[in-house]
Amino acid sequence: MSIDRKRFRYILRRAAQAVPVLLAIIILTFLLLKLAPGDAAEVLAGEAGSASPEYMAQLRQRFGLDKPIHIQLLAYMKNVFTLNLGFSFRHSMPVLDLIMGRIGPTLLLMGTTFTLAIGFGILLGILAAIRVNTWRDSLISIFSLVSYATPLFWVGLMLILVFSIRFGWVPTSGMEDIAAFHEGWNRVFDIAHHLVLPAITLSLFYLAVYTRLMRASMLEQAGMDYVTTAKAKGLTERRITLKHILRNAVLPVVTMAGVQVGGMLGGSVVVESVFGWPGLGLLAFESLFARDLNLLLGIFTFSACLVVAINLSVDIIYTFLDPRIEVR
Amino acid sequence: MQDFWRRFRRNRAAVLGLIILLAVIGLALTAPLIYPQSPFRVVSKPFLPPFGEYLFGTDVLGRDVCAGIAHGARTSLLIGILATVVAVLIGTLVGGFSGYYGGFIDDLLMRITEFFQTIPSFIFAIVLVAILTPSIESIIIAVGAVSWPPIARLVRGEFMTMRNREFVHACLVMGMGDLRVIFQQILPNTISPIIVTGSLMVASAILIESALSFLGLGDPNIMTWGFMVGAGRTFLRTAWWLCAIPGIAILLAVLAINLVGEGLNDALNPRLRHL
Amino acid sequence: MNPFILEIQNLTVNLPAGADRDYAVSEFNLHLRQNEILCVVGESGSGKSIMAKAVMGLLPEPHVRASAGKILFEGEDLLSTSPSRMRRIRGSRISMIFQEPMTALNPVMTISDQIEEVIFTHQEMPKEQRFQRMVNLLKNVHLPDPERILYSYPHQLSGGQRQRAMIAMALILEPAVLIADEPTTALDVTTQAQILSLIRDLEKEHNTGVLFITHDFGVVAEIADRVAVMQHGRLVEFGDAKQVLNEPQHPYTRSLIAAVPSLTPRTHKPIKHQPVVLKVQNLNKIFRSSGGLFGGRSASVVRAAKEVNLSIRRSETLGIVGESGSGKSTVARCIVRLVQADSGSVHLGDIDLLTKSRWQLRPYRKRIQMVFQDPFGSLNPRRKVAQLISEGPMVHGLPKTEALDRAYKLLDLVGLDPRSADRYPHEFSGGQRQRIAIARALALEPEILIADEPVSALDVSVQAQILQLLSDIRDRLQLSLLFITHDLRVAAQVCDTIAVMLNGEIVEYGTTMDIFLNPQHSYTQQLIKAVPGKNWTLPSLGKIPLN
Repeated sequence: MSIDRKRFRYILRRAAQAVPVLLAIIILTFLLLKLAPGDAAEVLAGEAGSASPEYMAQLRQRFGLDKPIHIQLLAYMKNVFTLNLGFSFRHSMPVLDLIMGRIGPTLLLMGTTFTLAIGFGILLGILAAIRVNTWRDSLISIFSLVSYATPLFWVGLMLILVFSIRFGWVPTSGMEDIAAFHEGWNRVFDIAHHLVLPAITLSLFYLAVYTRLMRASMLEQAGMDYVTTAKAKGLTERRITLKHILRNAVLPVVTMAGVQVGGMLGGSVVVESVFGWPGLGLLAFESLFARDLNLLLGIFTFSACLVVAINLSVDIIYTFLDPRIEVR
Repeated sequence: MQDFWRRFRRNRAAVLGLIILLAVIGLALTAPLIYPQSPFRVVSKPFLPPFGEYLFGTDVLGRDVCAGIAHGARTSLLIGILATVVAVLIGTLVGGFSGYYGGFIDDLLMRITEFFQTIPSFIFAIVLVAILTPSIESIIIAVGAVSWPPIARLVRGEFMTMRNREFVHACLVMGMGDLRVIFQQILPNTISPIIVTGSLMVASAILIESALSFLGLGDPNIMTWGFMVGAGRTFLRTAWWLCAIPGIAILLAVLAINLVGEGLNDALNPRLRHL
Repeated sequence: MNPFILEIQNLTVNLPAGADRDYAVSEFNLHLRQNEILCVVGESGSGKSIMAKAVMGLLPEPHVRASAGKILFEGEDLLSTSPSRMRRIRGSRISMIFQEPMTALNPVMTISDQIEEVIFTHQEMPKEQRFQRMVNLLKNVHLPDPERILYSYPHQLSGGQRQRAMIAMALILEPAVLIADEPTTALDVTTQAQILSLIRDLEKEHNTGVLFITHDFGVVAEIADRVAVMQHGRLVEFGDAKQVLNEPQHPYTRSLIAAVPSLTPRTHKPIKHQPVVLKVQNLNKIFRSSGGLFGGRSASVVRAAKEVNLSIRRSETLGIVGESGSGKSTVARCIVRLVQADSGSVHLGDIDLLTKSRWQLRPYRKRIQMVFQDPFGSLNPRRKVAQLISEGPMVHGLPKTEALDRAYKLLDLVGLDPRSADRYPHEFSGGQRQRIAIARALALEPEILIADEPVSALDVSVQAQILQLLSDIRDRLQLSLLFITHDLRVAAQVCDTIAVMLNGEIVEYGTTMDIFLNPQHSYTQQLIKAVPGKNWTLPSLGKIPLN
């Protein structure tokens, strides 16, 4: 069977595997809902007392809160599948609409972070590995160690302190200068200007992760038998490093990148709340303080499903990099 | 044991980490002696800068920042260690059975582990703490609940390798029971990587806990470093030390633990020389 | 007289401080002629691989480096040429092939990419010509369907195909010297035979000088024109193959050759009158890789054992011979219930072991014990030798003092110092660990001992000692032995009866004499024909001096 056919079948298999995961996410959310103090209808309606008694009665009936638990679960699942995640009274909007309104900035932040972290991480990892145990390697290693140990919120605040308050090079918070009514490219630059600090903050930690991983991976591959063969063939150092070692070393990094997406989403909660970046993370933070558990759970479910989708994409990309598909 | 210390000492970074860590532990242990009263107590005027009468100054309400740092050390280490213990227990059980028995049990347990690694862990922790209402116990549970998957993966890998080693086969052929094989034969061989991963996990537990406290999800009756940064946030312009100092404390503690953890790793698994 | 193309003069290679000796290679002299195969033989630790790497300039500097001597090739001293000149020589004038074809090839590059890069690194050649050259060479190494192979990845080829591709890669620029570092050690005996004859043919065709490194004297007998013997980094004997093989001079060479088991089966005592102690009937086992929950991996089916029937009498040694994947280990594991057979019976006397639950099985376990292949994996690194040997009897209820007492007696039986009891496995050599493993197996006083490739991982001289030990113990204790091996020479010397397995089935079953002198099944005939050096009659050299 050709590689392409195998790849297609593998992708189908992975997609099919994603389905039970999605179901499990929904069931978990349901259980969390049940675990929360108070009546589930109160949680679903948002703050206790914000909704009228008629609406509450309607909710109770809709979710079958008087019925046995498995019926409730089915009703809940039906609601989720019809994309009804509840209503937020504080924002006077259905939860789903709220989320969709805020997903853009989060995706922008995460996409930029991902690119920066992986791009520079791989680069620094390679630089450290090819000059292993020199001052360059030590410098890069120290930098990663410190970045890895630094809390995200603190980095954000310190960066604001230095670059925004002290030097005034970048704005302190927000995604754009709303009052300025920028259009077209001006708007793009404005957003990019606001994006600098949040993106750097979130990427520092993951940069450290990928740098260390890439360095270790490169060093591990350099000791492999096929590298000895490559040297025995008389290939140049450069070709061995770039064509042989790198192509193998990058594989675990790609796999790890998929795993880290969930962590990045979590990190965005902190970063967005430090910088006032109007994304899902900030929404989650706000829902905490509004005691809007329903909204919070909606964000949780949504982001979990998002991670599943991104993981699937990373898996697909991986199959293009590693021909040993059926062996996996 | 001698060998181990010798190898550990050779790693200068690890020794540095150990020194810092011992300082943090010392601070945590002596906090109730140096600062016997609650760190929430108001001692003086608010916003006193550091290096004055009070080493790290005072915060928005006039509380002693240094007392907060000292008590915060206790809390961070306590939560970090307890959460790690929870994670290691869960992870070892899941990974151990999964790796040893293989087959259907392995598939099922690994699917569950993958699931917990897929869902965004920090958001899950937030949800858990929010639902269980913030307190030391709920934070420990939340942090432990999101930290166990890497341990399960590690233990599973180790158990699977060990399970296929011929000395385990020899024990089974001799008629040894499963429990004896798991606890007497396999586990002693897998302790080193568990210790290393566990120690590194304490560091990440502290990071998660401080982030939760920063967001306001910490136990309201306990002073933590994350809470101090969060409380000082609005005064970044004028009283920057309120954010900077507790953050540096977190950084140093986490860095120290990481260095010690890596030192442990190098000392426990001496790499073979290449010939 | 052929001219020398490679001459090694007084080569000394240093090892870093802390290694078990100062020099990997010491005052080594060698010369290789054009159009000959020179075999360098030695056991592990003899320095043969390091010597080869020194010629190629592939020593892991600065830890390991050549400190003295010259390596003369095409008018220059390779040890003093510049790194860039050395790089240009590698792959084009001197090539090397390695032991493990799976790991020696880059898993994410196609075969064609990996061969092509040798060409364009060293020469200018238009793409079309490169392609044609590769196809021709793949045909030359007897790879069918060269175009398909070129576009494949290493994991899609078999072990033999990968090694052929490696050979093609090494010969594509017609080097003067080919260094082969144990290229057939990881291959099945039938594949090995094909690769050996391929190397011989290619050497003649391309006028290459081949430096062939091996530990197997059978291989030497099969292909060598001249032989060099290495011990502890030194050259101890060097001469024409016929000379060295039939009239070895140096005591070390003599001991090595004396340790090679002969293919002529020895005469065995009659066992027909002895009672049957173990009877295996209709044993079946299929390994299904089910693809995991929700279809994680693709499913595959392997028929490891198919209607296997065999029986062992008291004092009999039954050998199961086969290549990898034949199912021989699976049968052994089914007998001791490490693997659950799908169907069939294993009768120990009257009792069918396969029908017992794990708990019921326990008392019977004492009667069948096993010795495994890997001396490094078969002992728990965290237990002392005394514990390792006494664990078994203690599990079955023997009090600790008696168990330890038995352990000391057994250490004596297997030829180890009683002080060994207090040490850990890593303090012992491979051969000594295998002795400990045998002592452990004997601790339960079994009637039947199953030995699964017990000497395959050992050097040939140590192998001879362990085989001698097993024979002695078997004779003294009247043990029945189920001996699993892929090495026909060992089988010829050790076994009374042999079962030949292929793809899970026993294709031939008879006395050792019958099997070797009159093989019936085509596969058995193929196996025997493939043994390297089968036409070499071992010289009689007297008893092996134990070192």
